[in-house]
Amino acid sequence: MSALQKMMGWIDDRFPLTATYKAHLSEYYAPKNFNFWYFFGSLALLVLVLQIVTGIFLTMSYKPDAELAFASVEYIMRDVDWGWLIRYMHSTGASMFFVVVYLHMFRGLMYGSYRKPRELIWIFGVLIYLALMAEAFLGYLLPWGQMSFWGAQVIVNLFAAVPFIGEDLSIWIRGDYVISDATLNRFFAFHVIALPLVLIALVAVHLVALHEVGSNNPDGIEIKKKKDPVTHIPLDGIPFHPYYTVKDIVGVIVFLMVFSAIVFFAPEMGGYFLEANNFVPADSLKTPAHIAPLWYFTPFYAILRAVPPLFGSQFPGVVAMGLSIVVLFFLPWLDRGKVKSIRYRGPIYKIMLALFLVSFIGLGYLGLLPSTPVATIFAQVFSVIYFLFFLLMPWYTSIDKTKPEPERVTG
Amino acid sequence: MKRLKNFLFLLAAAPVVAFASGASIHLDKAPVNLSDQDSLQRGARMFVNYCLNCHSAGSMRYSRLQDLGLTEDQIKENLLFAGEKPGETMKVGMTKADGKAWFGATPPDLSVIARSRGADWLYTYLRSFYRDDTRTTGWNNVVFDKVGMPHVMWDLQGEMVPHYRKEGEHEVIDRLELAKPGSVTLAEYDAKVGDLVNYLVWMGEPAQVQRKQLGVIVLIFLAVFFVVAYYLKKEFWKDIH
Amino acid sequence: MSQEAEGQKVDANKRKFLIAATSAVGGVAAVGVAVPLVMSMLPSARAKAAGAPVEVDISKIEPGMLLTVEWRGKPVWVVNRTKEMLAQLGKHDDKLADAMSEQPQQPDYCKNATRSIKPEYLVAVGICTHLGCSPSEKLKLGGDSGMGSDWPGGFFCPCHGSTFDLAARVYKGVPAPTNLVIPPHQYLSDARLLIGVDAKGA
Repeated sequence: MSALQKMMGWIDDRFPLTATYKAHLSEYYAPKNFNFWYFFGSLALLVLVLQIVTGIFLTMSYKPDAELAFASVEYIMRDVDWGWLIRYMHSTGASMFFVVVYLHMFRGLMYGSYRKPRELIWIFGVLIYLALMAEAFLGYLLPWGQMSFWGAQVIVNLFAAVPFIGEDLSIWIRGDYVISDATLNRFFAFHVIALPLVLIALVAVHLVALHEVGSNNPDGIEIKKKKDPVTHIPLDGIPFHPYYTVKDIVGVIVFLMVFSAIVFFAPEMGGYFLEANNFVPADSLKTPAHIAPLWYFTPFYAILRAVPPLFGSQFPGVVAMGLSIVVLFFLPWLDRGKVKSIRYRGPIYKIMLALFLVSFIGLGYLGLLPSTPVATIFAQVFSVIYFLFFLLMPWYTSIDKTKPEPERVTG
Repeated sequence: MKRLKNFLFLLAAAPVVAFASGASIHLDKAPVNLSDQDSLQRGARMFVNYCLNCHSAGSMRYSRLQDLGLTEDQIKENLLFAGEKPGETMKVGMTKADGKAWFGATPPDLSVIARSRGADWLYTYLRSFYRDDTRTTGWNNVVFDKVGMPHVMWDLQGEMVPHYRKEGEHEVIDRLELAKPGSVTLAEYDAKVGDLVNYLVWMGEPAQVQRKQLGVIVLIFLAVFFVVAYYLKKEFWKDIH
Repeated sequence: MSQEAEGQKVDANKRKFLIAATSAVGGVAAVGVAVPLVMSMLPSARAKAAGAPVEVDISKIEPGMLLTVEWRGKPVWVVNRTKEMLAQLGKHDDKLADAMSEQPQQPDYCKNATRSIKPEYLVAVGICTHLGCSPSEKLKLGGDSGMGSDWPGGFFCPCHGSTFDLAARVYKGVPAPTNLVIPPHQYLSDARLLIGVDAKGA
């Protein structure tokens, strides 16, 4: 026995290192037909790590104090060696996290990855998405610019729309009557420790659940149904390592090229990743002419604005916005289709998914614009389509004409 | 892929609509060129002479001007007047309260003004002051109506007066004309403001030149990495049929 | 596995080479990310500016008096030593731990009997070499200092009782192991002292 084997033996007697490596990498059998859409899971993990690492280093120089916060960000951008790079990686990473996660979720919609037996993977995923939105919202207050301040002001005031307890609730969230130093400090605490812990825990259970049932694939069929009679390895499964590790490295590099192009050449991304008004320090007496949330929130912001107030209360809009996310949890049970993958679905599902996509992007676009009567009508139409996609799903998926699924995965 | 393209197209089209609604005043294109160190040095001098009396640049250290090709001695001799040290940030003697009392609003810190306002806005704004006796300062601005700031560089530009035209019910400013010449011609003034704005853009993010240079290296490196990783992937995936 | 696959042999050397190449380039990438992160923990431009050399006007220091100036957040003493004080310096070498300043606690140009550039001016960092307290000044000679009648003037650290003479040299048998640090400094003119940087070419 070599020294290395001896050491491994010593560890394995005390900790399941080899067993864990086998279960999750070298003997985790993933379908061999993953396509382009299957890069985004590992990329999301990569961005999470990048955000945590860059975040730790930003925390070393950032000051969560209303008097100092804005200047401390500029201090990082100028006085701290390489601070500008770390900050841009973090701000770009925030937006790219959502890009990757949205593509990852859309993959799930296309190939039915949320269907039995993967309901819990999907639910954990939606929870990750929720935690990520909270994390992004909290973090966006920290630079303490005008958009930080007024964005937080508007969102926290949504809670004030809750009947009876709303006013007290929003004051409790802020710890003050306006967004203030107290708010900044608690948002900082949640952003740098509470939410990251929740995110890491959720990502862990998301992966454990995935590796328990095995990955779905673009054909939406279960590779575990066809196993080698001797080895019991799925015939269409290949070890994650080395095959998908070497493949994901290529995906990671392509992603890093896009990421670097933004970080080094367009960190503001035309105002979508860093808004011009956020280079003005927060001023509680002066609202910028036009406040839009960051692009990844705008679909939900548009739904909020599309719902007319009831008895002068914004509450229905807030409820609609909340439901637009809550409905995602029920997706596994709303889908009654005989097949999982869009490849074998009938025309109705394909049309509905396309309409849903157009609505979601349309809402995202409208959420960036100032509210006008025409825009509101569009937003209302898109919002209705958004909800109908889910609410009518039990009906249209069950009547849709599907194609037969193949026995084995294709191409 | 087609959906992705549509998505990207929507993203690209968004700003046109988003910002077209806000900006009704035509902005002139600022001559920004961060590789022109002479222009940046002239701009830095303009900034110290004209802006720094009332505005601070609290995130900007004098010593950083070395990035513009100035030596520490040059900075000390030409740009430091009140015994500041080169390592200090560009502070201003006037207190916030005084500023508010004198101008109606505290003159904002200019460290990142080019990032919030944009170069074109600054370039147009600094060339759009005109005589307006209804204002306490005696000055108004086409781009920023009822601005608290007087025309600090009037000795250079001279005095401009507005010419109005009818637009429906309202009279709007059609153009500004020179009523009393300053010490330089209008073209020379434009060039000076161009230098100043160039400097302000640089000061908004002093690392930006280095950032872009490094970006080229990083992308070339990743391209090499891609080739190696691609062949590794291809080699292993020979096993899979 | 198809016929074709069986005929296609795995080229183990090629794989090894590609794995090594990818690992190497990946290693460079990892280092490339790590370096900026590690470098960001170095003193920032603000810290460097605060640690910039300090100029002191020494013409106002009366003979026998001490001026404390701040340099990099530390107290730096400038003592204008009288002829009397200087005369004491050579008389107690046997009681000192490092009378000849063999330890590198000073720039080379201060490795002399007075540990200074100009004999009368002592420039020293007022931080005890034991555990970092700032010693008190006991400049007066003899009994007036409260340090005993044979005290030749110097410094006394209140934390653990270390004693130093007027050239900031440490006595034997006290907790402090070495002489006090003489910072790099230079004279811009007779009255202007610059602490924190050596004279050019020195």
